[in-house]
Amino acid sequence: MLKNKIVLSLFLLIVTTSLVAQEPKMVAIARGKFVPLYGATTKTPVEVKPFYIDVYPVTNAQYLTFLKKYPENSRSRIKGIFADKSYLSQWESDFSFGKVNLSNAPVTNVSWFTAKKYCECQGGRLPTMDEWEYVAMADEKRIDARTKESFNKYIMSWYEKPNTYANPVGETFKNYWGVYDMHGLVWEWTGDFNSIFLSGESRKDKDTDKNLFCGSASVNATDLMNYAAFMRYAFRGSLKARYTTKNLGFRCAKDKK
Amino acid sequence: MYTQFNLIQKSKRVAILFFLAIGIFACKENEEKDAKYYENIKMVGQKTAELTAPPFVPAPVGDRPAMKLIVNMEITEKEGEMVDGVKYTYWTFGGSVPGSFIRTRVGDEVEFHLKNHPDNKMPHNIDLHAVTGPGGGATSSLVAPGHEKVFSFKTLNPGLYVYHCATAPVGMHIANGMYGLILVEPEGGLAPVDKEYYIMQGDFYTKGSYGEQGNQPFDMEKAIKEQPDYVVFNGKVGALTGDKALTAKRGETVRIFMGNGGPNLVSSFHAIGEIFDKVHVEGGDLINKNVQTTLIPAGGAAIVELKVEVPGTFILVDHSIFRAFNKGALGMLKVEGEENKKVYSGTIQEGIYLPEGGTIQTMPKVAGTPKNTVAKTLAQQVVSGKALYGRTCSACHQAEGQGVPNAFPPLAKSDFLNANPDRAVNAVLHGLSGEVTVNGKKFNNVMTSQNLTDDEVSDVLTYVYNSWGNNKTIITPEKVKAIRAKPAPKAKDVHE
Repeated sequence: MLKNKIVLSLFLLIVTTSLVAQEPKMVAIARGKFVPLYGATTKTPVEVKPFYIDVYPVTNAQYLTFLKKYPENSRSRIKGIFADKSYLSQWESDFSFGKVNLSNAPVTNVSWFTAKKYCECQGGRLPTMDEWEYVAMADEKRIDARTKESFNKYIMSWYEKPNTYANPVGETFKNYWGVYDMHGLVWEWTGDFNSIFLSGESRKDKDTDKNLFCGSASVNATDLMNYAAFMRYAFRGSLKARYTTKNLGFRCAKDKK
Repeated sequence: MYTQFNLIQKSKRVAILFFLAIGIFACKENEEKDAKYYENIKMVGQKTAELTAPPFVPAPVGDRPAMKLIVNMEITEKEGEMVDGVKYTYWTFGGSVPGSFIRTRVGDEVEFHLKNHPDNKMPHNIDLHAVTGPGGGATSSLVAPGHEKVFSFKTLNPGLYVYHCATAPVGMHIANGMYGLILVEPEGGLAPVDKEYYIMQGDFYTKGSYGEQGNQPFDMEKAIKEQPDYVVFNGKVGALTGDKALTAKRGETVRIFMGNGGPNLVSSFHAIGEIFDKVHVEGGDLINKNVQTTLIPAGGAAIVELKVEVPGTFILVDHSIFRAFNKGALGMLKVEGEENKKVYSGTIQEGIYLPEGGTIQTMPKVAGTPKNTVAKTLAQQVVSGKALYGRTCSACHQAEGQGVPNAFPPLAKSDFLNANPDRAVNAVLHGLSGEVTVNGKKFNNVMTSQNLTDDEVSDVLTYVYNSWGNNKTIITPEKVKAIRAKPAPKAKDVHE
């Protein structure tokens, strides 16, 4: 009887550890409201329902595991409409990220289609832009650090650091929710990245929707915060779903039932 | 009867002549070619445009017909040096600040390929002021990293135009160096000249103040307040000085395509010791002659031409003069050739003139105590002293300490320096004015007091004493401190 129990618990232990190894680590994000820079045409807050999000962006090693299981997404077999020519172009071959790329560096040069596919195959989805922005506004201690000058300066300093995509995940700060690398590593895909329509002519966009960007002459934390966030929206605005770029990775999310 | 007929005949003739004249004028008006004409001009062939990094420009268009011109422009985000020891991440069109020079003629169809390098983090686009169309091309050219956008436009108006990035935040993209010039030459081309150069002014905003070492990020607050730390020609301090100076030979005509990227400041472009013979005002058709200083708006340009009659080094500045001597807006045009005494004699006579109330000028002191650092080795002192020299002293005393005859005394092999190091320390701390004799030559000018810490004075003077054949004196920070503690010497003591 006792022997059986030990065997059972051992079995359970193996199952759970293997589950943990398979399942990327996620954390729960509590329900909340915030006013995003874009997306809210009126200044009314957007509600974010509780959900789970990956602690780290998806790594080269994780993506390789996915490709081995779903080889139709590999570099040579992917259809052109789902990913452009630079898809995984930094990898050595279809099923090897090579020696120059770290196994625990974020996978980049992936399209929206492939990122979405990856998350769905893990039973998840890409986070929405509002979810992503909601998690990203937290610093180490606060849910919303967007008005903190040093926080915005940290975000903006990343724009001037070259080749951060080659760094391993988890080396930036751990935020309020326990999530890493929302800033300072790579850009990330969101499910509805193109829901904010930017014409590409930012000055014109400013005319049509005054809420989009406050370019007032005063210098305060709000302006800085806008600049930091604006870069993300501008970047997303330049993308198409099949595009892949070296500084763009992703992480997955999941509904909380 | 006869006379009457004659009169009628005459008036008929006059009328015919009159109509003929109108006809001629009407024809002439048609010859004034407008945008409509160039829109429909016949194009012959196609080629890939030659692009050049500043200060050079592509070959003139000459009398070639209008054609299809393919422009391949690659955007790169890369680290560069603003001034010795100061790193800055520039965003560039074609790898340089300002971006590659594009040369077209009126009526060309330009097929523009905008390529955003895969390593870049930012999306970018381009607004060319030479484009007739929404956003100057910006609406059609937003391009993600690792991608390419293609659009084409017809050059309808001749002139010199600025292009720049217009991706949000627009000011930041421009402040990081995303601007350049596109020239649309008139039919038949601009008149040939001997030398052509490309310069653009830009203002830069860094976290640290002028000369603060290390990697300096862009400072948004200073940019909004329009308080630049650097105002420079061609993207960095010293891009057009020393061995990078523009050159010409006496008697040549030099044409400068001069633009202003901004983002904020307007330039008062001036060549010290020269007069612009011709200025295409604001880069357009209007030609002004004999101009001392021409105003170049942010996002604007001018074509200036000058015939250099006299050899020497001519300093190009933004005549908002603190920008030139304290923020970097200074370039050089070196003209070689025989002296031309008819035009410029040089100093004919020197005398002493001491007006009442002459005082030594001082620089304002920055609040806060100077930082103390650990003792440096001679090599370390020389390295940081050299950087300081490049920023603070070389504008007057020149890169190799050779000075400028009759204006700024030499520091190289200087008997004045080697005879008395304390006097040199005093000159840096308190300034120096009035007549001094250096290596047998008399100088009578004003040096301002320099706002440097004890360490900085020690470094820069040690560098000077250990360079260019001087006597290798080492000036310690302690010595500087001791001299600083004493009252400033009287002029009489300094000059002896």
